[in-house]
Order: sequence, then C-alpha cells, then structure tokens
Amino acid sequence: MILTPLHLCLILSSALFCIGLIGALTRSNAILVLLGIELMLNAANINFIAFWRYGPNPEAGTGVLFVVFAIGVAAAEAAVGLALVIAIYRHQRSIRLQDARLLKG
Amino acid sequence: MTIPFLIIAFVTLVPAAVAMALRNLIHSSLLLIASWAGIAAFYFWAGAEFVAFAQVLVYVGAVSMIVLFAVLLTRHTRIDAGLAPDSIGRALAGLLAGGAVFGVLLGAVLSTPLRVGAKAAAQVPVKRLGLELMNHHTIALLAIGILLTVSLLGAVVLAATDSKGKGATP
Repeated sequence: MILTPLHLCLILSSALFCIGLIGALTRSNAILVLLGIELMLNAANINFIAFWRYGPNPEAGTGVLFVVFAIGVAAAEAAVGLALVIAIYRHQRSIRLQDARLLKG
Repeated sequence: MTIPFLIIAFVTLVPAAVAMALRNLIHSSLLLIASWAGIAAFYFWAGAEFVAFAQVLVYVGAVSMIVLFAVLLTRHTRIDAGLAPDSIGRALAGLLAGGAVFGVLLGAVLSTPLRVGAKAAAQVPVKRLGLELMNHHTIALLAIGILLTVSLLGAVVLAATDSKGKGATP
C-alpha cells in the first residue's frame, strides 16, 4: 500500500466533503446549510484539479476548464440561495429551516 | 512536496470544521473565508494558477461578502441570533451519517491502486485556456454568462421586492 499524492488529494477532498455534509445535516440555520453545500462543491472542484494534475493527460486542461465553469455556477447558486434566505427571513422573521414550511408568500 | 500539502490541508480542514461547529454565524463565515483561501492555496500547489485566482476572486472576495451581508441582514437581535440549539439526536445522526460517508470514501480511496502520471506538472498557460474557451467551449461560455445574468437579476428581484406590503404572514 503506497500513498501517492493523488491519494492525499482525494482524502483531503473527501474530508472536506464530509465536513460540509455534516454541517448541512446538523445545523438548522439556513445560511450555514448553504455554506456546507458550498464546501461540498469546493471538495468536488479539488477532485477535478487533482485528477487533472495527476491524470494521464494533464496538457489538455479540461479539468481546469471544468473547475472554472463550476466556480461560476457556484457563484450564481450562492447569490440566489442567499437572496432566498433573505426573502424567507422577511416572511417568517427567522431563518430556522424548521420554520420555513410555507412556499406561499 | 508533502509538507506544504499537509499545511494546506490543515489550513483548509480545521477552519471548515470549526466553522460548522460554532454558534456565532459571523465567526463561522470569517473562518470559512480562511478555508476558501486554503483551497486557493491548494490550487496554487497543484499548478492551476488561473483557478486559484478565480477562487480568490469569487469565493474569498465575492461570496464571502454576500454571506456576511446575508448574516447581517437576517439578525434580529443584538445578541447574535441565538438559534435554538439543535436536538442532540439530530446532531448525532448527522455526525453518524457524515462519518459513515467519510469511512466509505476513505476505504474506497485507500483500496484503489491509483497510478500517478510520471510527468512533471504540466502548465496550462492562460493564453491557451482563453483560446480553448473561445474555440471549443464558446457555447458553454455564453450559457454561463446568461446564467449569471439571469440568476443575479433573480436574486435582486427576490431580495428587493416587498411582499405586497403589509399582509406578510408572520
């Protein structure tokens, strides 16, 4: 059993993914749940970069391109998510997820 | 090669874990900025400079500001929104599920023989990246531009419109 740098990168990204997962599952604050999901997305990006760097064909640059697009989509997701949190706060005066049971404005 | 990686992993994982455990939302978001900066350092370490700059610009610069604004706009009391503590059972179940996922992933990673390409780090210069984006991925570039425009406009509309004035359900 030999640990290559690729193994280390994958272990780092799975640890980050699980931290985000635990945060998203255990906290009831909407903002923290969103941040946990952001952490999971970042872990996926780390995986792309690791496989691009240590893969058989690093000249192609596809991993880098994919991560650039993923970062763009994640930025859009964060903006919409936090706007939704603010809208929910306006209606319910609280951002506990347990209180947000209505879709009706 | 390994020592910088271990430092980067420490800088990334510890603030993230502490941020997910803290009660104070502002401390959590500030710690997450450190974690995102650690991820940017990882991209640097792996030789993807452009992605590292994008990470710094988007996460450390922009998303952190949005998060801080959201935290400040949704605080209703002086003392930090003392959200009722989550039940112990829920925390335990979440920890158990996350730990189980981590165990499965760790087992899968450790038991897979991964062959690392013997080549040295190949640099992808920004010029080639730009040419690639403009040649083969033009449609995706346009699509992500439209997506960003629409979603940011939607965010403004969602956050700015008042819910028909007074009759908001409490």
